[in-house]
Amino acid sequence: MSGLLEFEDVSVTYRTSGGDVPAVRGVSLSVAAGEVVGIAGESGCGKSTLAATILRLQPPSAKVTGRVLFEGEDVQTMRWGDLRALRWAGASMVFQGALHSLNPVQRVGAQIAEPIRLHEESLSDSAVARRVGELLEQVGLPAARARAYPHQLSGGQRQRVMIAMALACGPRLIVADEPTTALDVMVQAQVLGVLRDLVREFDVGLVMISHDLSVLADLCDRIAVMYAGRVVEQGPAGKVFTDPLHPYAAALAASFPHIGDMAARYAPSGLPGDPPDPADLPTGCSFHPRCPKRFGACETTDPQLRSDSAGRAAACLLVEGR
Amino acid sequence: MTVLATQQEAADLGATGAARSGSIGRYVAGRCLGALGSLAFMLVVSFFLFRVLPGDPARTLGRGRFSTPEQLEEFNRTYGLDQALPQQFVTFLKNTLTGDFGISLRYRVPVSDLLLDRMWPTLLLVGSSTVFAILIGVWLGIRGAWKRGGAFDNISTGTSLTLYAMPEWWLGLLLIAVFAVGLGPIPGWFPTGGLHSVDVDPSSVAGVFDTIRHLTLPVVTLTLAYLADYSLIMRSSLLDEIGEDYLTTARAKGLRDSQVRDRHAVRNALLPTTTLVALNIGFVVSGAITVETVFSIPGLGLLATEALSVPDYWVLQGTFLVASAGVIIANLVANLLYGLLDPRVRT
Ligand SMILES: Nc1ncnc2c1ncn2[C@@H]1O[C@H](COP(=O)(O)OP(=O)(O)OP(=O)(O)O)[C@@H](O)[C@H]1O
Ligand code: SF4
Ligand SMILES: [Mg+2]
Repeated sequence: MSGLLEFEDVSVTYRTSGGDVPAVRGVSLSVAAGEVVGIAGESGCGKSTLAATILRLQPPSAKVTGRVLFEGEDVQTMRWGDLRALRWAGASMVFQGALHSLNPVQRVGAQIAEPIRLHEESLSDSAVARRVGELLEQVGLPAARARAYPHQLSGGQRQRVMIAMALACGPRLIVADEPTTALDVMVQAQVLGVLRDLVREFDVGLVMISHDLSVLADLCDRIAVMYAGRVVEQGPAGKVFTDPLHPYAAALAASFPHIGDMAARYAPSGLPGDPPDPADLPTGCSFHPRCPKRFGACETTDPQLRSDSAGRAAACLLVEGR
Repeated sequence: MTVLATQQEAADLGATGAARSGSIGRYVAGRCLGALGSLAFMLVVSFFLFRVLPGDPARTLGRGRFSTPEQLEEFNRTYGLDQALPQQFVTFLKNTLTGDFGISLRYRVPVSDLLLDRMWPTLLLVGSSTVFAILIGVWLGIRGAWKRGGAFDNISTGTSLTLYAMPEWWLGLLLIAVFAVGLGPIPGWFPTGGLHSVDVDPSSVAGVFDTIRHLTLPVVTLTLAYLADYSLIMRSSLLDEIGEDYLTTARAKGLRDSQVRDRHAVRNALLPTTTLVALNIGFVVSGAITVETVFSIPGLGLLATEALSVPDYWVLQGTFLVASAGVIIANLVANLLYGLLDPRVRT
């Protein structure tokens, strides 16, 4: 299988003074060229941690095992020079929280131009400036906005700048980490619209991270649902959303969080309790303390992700026994 | 292609474009006004400090010098001390603003001439020490913070803290003992004090080198004394930036580690550094006084120390005015620099 991006049994453990925090535990997932894959899950389930491994951006305190293959090459072990060449030109990111992810004292135009100059050294200044203008227009901002500083833009405008920046070097993959979480409903819909159109137009692969299953169902080809550092369900977007196999995916889908509802991010409605602390996981199925369908074996047996013939997979003892 | 730019955004655009040049002007004007206010306040303070607080200046100043009441009256009249306080203040303002700081009791020449004369050694000493201290200190701070906890960081932080705790006069005397007097195999090549050798014409080429030789130890002393401020401030400012998300963005773009540091992290860390440096500028004065005294550099600091023992009333006031004005102006420059570096303070 030759995907654009492949996670092979990836685990990420943060080493902290308070002990090891296994934030991602054995995730396998692939993204084909031009495919849009969603990753859903509550706050703290390891989505950003997993995303960081794609460009080897995890902090030094994080230990990564397994393989992260981008176009067949292991990102985690490749040479620095190759990694720098891959960064942004091969895969780029729209980071969670655009306000802090942009340099506060640089004009946004300069920040968009920076990777272009870095990866296409032969381009003249005027060609770079023209490219920056085009990119801004593609995300629905006037080209003259290039002269603005981040603090002079609204949240939605900043998020569009981040998207323009992600497109700057024509990457094959864009990783968007909750690109709309901090925005209000209207703006969120607009930014998602921009992202969707661009992905269709340029045929880039997209990994879209969100706590909101309804947003992903709308945008993605496939969805993976994460819980406590693991993928607990994956399959075609429509199926996962309308007919989830895993009780946690079902709870996420049923909660139908309204776009922009911050509370829904932390507690999908109809689901009691808090997400588990990765440093102190429950025995057996890590979802069992909150699972409405749990039974005796759930407390002792850790279910594995099993695929069925229709390309769907879930990690639940009920599904295994089906 | 989706074009979602709303009219609101277009309006924003025009507005910020026009507002920007105006707000820079407003920032600069605001800072300058602030500095003018400080200068005015300083004038008032110095007037009262030197006239009202010591009681009767004539008695304090003329300790044992006037044998007859006529002489005392004469003194009071010459210095305008027989006038009413408000009248004195007006005279003081008029004189000060026209550069008339009175006549030195000791040297019998206008204080303004003395100040002008003694300003250059001080400017040379303080200016070059400050420049060296900033360059070396900022460099040390950057290298230490970027590899926090490494050998370089530990050594440079330890050294900075030691220097920070060391009094300037002690450091100066130590350097004199080692490099001017000579210690063991180290020859005492540097002079122990002064600015020129007697037998060298200061305006010749040899004179320039002679002056540099005389200034080396004092400049090294002051540089070491100021160094810790800059290196410790830069280090902590950069440490504050290191966890920031925009550095992850810069890394993700494929920049080298050194580019991430220099283009993004250092650029942002310089902002708090400039502010703290501005706050620290006042300490430059005390350092200069000590070092000039230890090395007998004929600058403003030494002038003030000498004037203290007479006491040479108008000279003290003159050096006070010049030193305060210097601090206020340096502070203004640092503030304007901050405005230049940080776009957020302008809007
Ligand atoms: N640098 C770090 N050191 C230690 N633990 C960390 C670090 N970064 C994240 N974690 C922990 O790892 C777990 C996963 O964090 P991560 O940021 O990947 O979650 P997330 O799914 O992206 O959540 P959110 O929706 O809030 O962004 C959390 O429990 C978090 O506390
Ligand atoms: S294994 Fe048991 S506890 Fe876990 S999701 Fe399935 S039913 Fe719920
Ligand atoms: Mg996250």
